[in-house]
Order: sequence, then C-alpha cells, then structure tokens
Amino acid sequence: MNKLPLIFLGVFLTFASSWVGLVVYPYFALGRMQPLPDEDTGGYFPPSNPGLAVAGEKVYAANGCVYCHSQQVRLAPTSTDIEKGLGPRQTVARDYLRAQPVFLGTMRTGPDLTNIGVRQPDANWHHKHLYEPQVVTDWSVMPSFRYLYKMQEIQGQPSGNAVKGLSGPHAPPPGFEVVPTNEANALVAYLLSLKRNYPLPESPEPPAK
Amino acid sequence: MKPHSLISSFNPANEPDTLASHERAEIDASTRLPVLLFFSSAIFWLLVGSLLGLISAWKMTHPWFLDQMAWLTFGRLRPAHLNTVIYGWASAAGIGVGLWLMARLCRIPLVHSKLLISAAIFWNLGVFVGVLGILAGDSRSIEWLEFPGYATPILFIAYAFIGIWAIIMFRFRKPGHVYVSQWYLFAAFLWFPWLYATANILLIWQPIQGSAQGAVNWWFAHNVLGLWFTPIGLASAYYMIPKVIGRPIHSYYLSILGFWSLALFYSWNGMHHLIGGPFPAWMISASVVASIMMFIPVVTVAINHHMTMRGHFDALKWSPTLRFTVFGAMTYTLVSLQGSSMAIPSLNTLTHFTDYTIGHAHLGLYGFFSMMMFGAMYYIVPRLTGWEWPSASAIRWHFWLVASGILLMVGSLSLGGVLQGLALYDPQVSFRSSLDYATPFRLVRGVSGFLLLAGHLVFAGHFAVMLLKIGSRREGPALFAEPSKPEAATV
Repeated sequence: MNKLPLIFLGVFLTFASSWVGLVVYPYFALGRMQPLPDEDTGGYFPPSNPGLAVAGEKVYAANGCVYCHSQQVRLAPTSTDIEKGLGPRQTVARDYLRAQPVFLGTMRTGPDLTNIGVRQPDANWHHKHLYEPQVVTDWSVMPSFRYLYKMQEIQGQPSGNAVKGLSGPHAPPPGFEVVPTNEANALVAYLLSLKRNYPLPESPEPPAK
Repeated sequence: MKPHSLISSFNPANEPDTLASHERAEIDASTRLPVLLFFSSAIFWLLVGSLLGLISAWKMTHPWFLDQMAWLTFGRLRPAHLNTVIYGWASAAGIGVGLWLMARLCRIPLVHSKLLISAAIFWNLGVFVGVLGILAGDSRSIEWLEFPGYATPILFIAYAFIGIWAIIMFRFRKPGHVYVSQWYLFAAFLWFPWLYATANILLIWQPIQGSAQGAVNWWFAHNVLGLWFTPIGLASAYYMIPKVIGRPIHSYYLSILGFWSLALFYSWNGMHHLIGGPFPAWMISASVVASIMMFIPVVTVAINHHMTMRGHFDALKWSPTLRFTVFGAMTYTLVSLQGSSMAIPSLNTLTHFTDYTIGHAHLGLYGFFSMMMFGAMYYIVPRLTGWEWPSASAIRWHFWLVASGILLMVGSLSLGGVLQGLALYDPQVSFRSSLDYATPFRLVRGVSGFLLLAGHLVFAGHFAVMLLKIGSRREGPALFAEPSKPEAATV
C-alpha cells in the first residue's frame, strides 16, 4: 500500500458511504418533513410554540438541562417508557420539527421531559422546583437554579409573579419575596410547552395493558 | 529470506538502515517548537479538564456544591469538561504526536514550522474562547459540539493549517515503503476536517430541521472518537511497540485488514447512541450491524499487536513508553468489544441513558487514547529537548495513579450503571431507586477523579521540570528498571 491515490480513494469512499447514509439521507428525508394540518382546529401537529417558549429553549440549552434529561419516548421492548408514564405513544421524527436544537438526550440522571408540560402544568410548581428542587422532592439531585431568580424586599403589595410556597434554607425571609427573571419565565414557558400527546398517524398509541 | 523482506521494510525499528542518525536528529529538530507547543498546551488543558470533571462528578451527588453562580452549574461545567479534554487535551496531544510521527515516517524535515506554531496558538485560542463561551451561557447543548459558533471557526482555521501540513508531508515523503502508521495518520487528518465542517455547518451555522440533528450529532461525535482519536492512537501504537522492543510488526496483512475494516465499519457506528429514537429503523440497524462488525478491526489489531509483543512482555517492566502504550492497546481491545456489545439491542436496553455509557466513554478516551498519548510523549519529548526525563519514579507515580484512577472510575460507573439501568427499565421500580442505586458508585467515581488529577499534576510537574531543564542532566533514559536486553534500551 504505497500508492497515495489508492489510499486516498479508499479513505474517501468508506467515509463517504456513512456521510451519505447518516447525514445526507436524513438531511433530505427528515430535514424536509412538514407539520401535519389538524382539520378540526385548523392548527398543526406539532403545534407551534409561543415566543416565550422559544426563548426558553435557549435557556434550556445554555444551562445544559439535556445532560440529565432526555426527551424521547421509546417503544417496548427497547424500553418500558410508555408503561412508566413518560408519554402515551412513541415520539417520532415529526415531533421534533420545531425543536431547535433537538434535545433527544443520552442520559436519564433525571426523568424524561418529553411530556413534562402534561405531567406538571402548573407554572408555580416549576418555579419552586427550579429555585430549590429539594423543597419539592427531598431526594432530588438536581442543582438549584436560584441564579435565575431575584430575591427582593416586598414593596407594599407582594408582586403578582412572586414564587409561592417556598420553604427550606433559601426561602425568602419575612418581608422578602422571590421573583423569576425573564430567563426563568422563558424556561418555564418552554417546559410547559413540552407536550407530545397530540395524535400523529405514524405513531398510534399502543393499547393499554 | 532476502535481506530486505517485505515485512522488515515496514518496520520503523529498521530506520537506522535507511536514515542516518543525524538525519533523524534534523527531522526531530524541525518539529521541536510546534510539537512542544501542542504538548505543553495539551497538558495545561488536561489539568483544567480534570478539575472541571472532578467538580462535575461531585456535583452529581452533592447538588448544593457550588450552586450559587450560573457559570458553575453542572450543565455548563460538564460540557466545559468534555470540550476541554476533547479539543484542548486529546486533539492537541494527538496533533503533536501525529505531526512528529508523520515527519519521522515520511523521512523529511518539517518546513515552515512557524506557520504550525501560529496554528497551535490559534487552536488554543479557539479552545479558550469556546470554554469561556460555554461557561458564560453560550453552549449549544449539542454533545461534543458545545462550543459556540464564534469559537468553532477559529478551531477550523487552525486545523486547516495542521491538516494541510500533514498531508503535504505525506505527499512529499522520501521514496520507499509507507508504514501502517502513516495510513492511519493520513486518513485521520483527512477525516477530521470533513467531520468537523459537516457538523458545524449542519448543526451550528445553518441548523437542519428536526431529529436529523440527532443523526448528524452522533455521526460526528462517534466518528471523532473512531476516525480521529482512534487512528492517531493506533498509529502511535504501531510505531512505539516495534520501536521499543526492536522487532517488526507481526503481520503486514493483518495491518491492512485492520485498517480498511476500521475505515469501513467505524464510520457507520454513530446511530447506536439513538437506539429506539425517532429515526427510520434501517439507520439504527445499520449502525448496530456496523458496531458489531467492529469486532473485525479490533481483533485484527489486537492479534497483530499481541503477536508483536509476544516474548517481549518483560519490556513492560522497564520501558515507560511501552507500559503506557500496551495499557492503551489492551484497553483499546477491551473498550471496543464492550462498545460492540453495548450496541446489541437487548444489552443496550440496560445501559442506554445510564452511567455505564459514561464509563465506556472514559475507558475509550482515557484508558485507550490518553494512555497512548502519555506513552508517545515519554518517547518523543526527550528527542525534542535533548534532555531525558529527570525521574523514573515520577513516571511510575504517574502510571499507577492514572491506571488505578481510570480502572476505579470505569469499574464503579459500569456497576452503578447496570443497576441504574435495571431500575430504569423495571416498571415496578420508582425513578428514585435508579438514583439510590447509582449514588454510591458515583461517590467512588468522585474519588477516582482525585487519583487522576493527582497523576496529571505529577505528569505536568515532571514535564515542566524537563522543559525548563531544572537539575542536572541525566545520563541515559529514565527507565523503571534495567532492561533485560541492553541493546534494545530506549525509553
């Protein structure tokens, strides 16, 4: 093997095969998929997200939530995700059309968040949890995101958006309140938007056992 | 046998026949500044990366640890750790080793090395800007590609110079046989820019839509390991093993088979990170098959290296280069077979989404590649500085600290990961149990981080002492013991 063109050709072709299969093919096959019109409401599946949730997606990326939380529901027997209540059906390519970036995730140090907006629809719950996760779940190993919140003295009436029900070592002392920053509001809007429970013909719900 | 048999002509240990020692010294001297610059910066980032990894590890069991500030949150430190060790340490060390090997094996001095020095500075600037960007909140959260869009072009430009230099060296090599290490290096230096450019364009500059991102992401991430680090690591093993023990590689034909089967199968592996994910089934199946086919290149290389070493294992007692290199080569076999097994769907069910994968990644990137780089550095640096390593016991400490550290880390994460996976799979078991199972093993992993960091501090200190030529000149190389065959005595 002393011929440069021969080595080059082999090195080029072997690699090009995977480039075509795992990059070019999905670029065309998955990258050009369209949302599905919903004839009943005139909307689309997956629905488009409000602007605040799109901003929250960036907060999710900046703070690396994906390193502990996946966003994919897989079928049996690969997983028991559906039995464990992570979602009513498998997530398929169309579910991720509007995600940017796509947070499929490779770890489940924390629970899967594909349908967290269905499981926990209350914004205050999320704020409380992000501010001090152990107040909500005492055995949680999630770090606190207090840096996305402001502690301030109550001026007259408490602010309408102050986080309610905080306790524990970082709870506001009397006369103080904890209010979310714009980033925290965006992140919670994003988490609430995570609902992949709309129907898609390519992913029927498996019958309940 | 003819005086120059086919096999012997591929053996770098035969270099003295074809290359006078003054020519070799001239080639080494031409690579001195760029290679030492890559090595020094790599060791600096190794320390930074170890510290970031250590803090991240302890955060997994102690979430309140350093939780006041945004830039210290787990979700930023972890990608900062990964990118520091991938681009700052492993790539820079690999580039240094690759350039040096390429110059030696092509038997030509490196010309215009000032341009490579600028490339090294640019590369480090890119890593620095990228890591700060991640800590500041500009991480892309795309695994292995977290560096923000303003850092990656700097890396790419730096790489362009490096890659072009390596290819040019190969193009203008002295006539004669091409050694197996050169195939691997040539391929790695071509594959990396293709990988990096594709991933950057499709994920960062003009992101493609939807789950296709996942495919591109793991095609990239797995191939950085398989088609960038692995070939450089194997190139180093193919050079160092015959060089130190003074005999040729066992089989030329196994080398060819190992090389081409790696090129063909490794590039298809990436999708096994996404088994069960939102992709056409054939893409996942193709990757599972390719992952299992990796058995061929891995076993081929393992046999080739083992047969070369046979009868010379006593050299591990005295040669630091060989001890690190053989540790790396054995780990390569182990981690690759483990990787193939993890792609089998029924086993993947258990290990997917768990610490087991993290253990596997460290076994590959550290137990194989980093150990290989340490071994190569112990060989190369004295030839660049004209100064032997001052202390054999420092090398011994380095070896035992990092070898025990990585085995403890991978052992604990693998056991904990399997238990975690069992809990995550069983519908009758709560999510909390998966954490309860993993936590004690994560604590052990946290301890292993101290061993690794300590080993790196010893190595960095030793390297600094050597570079600054502190103390008196040592006569003869720093060996662990007297070599059994004095004529083969090299580091």
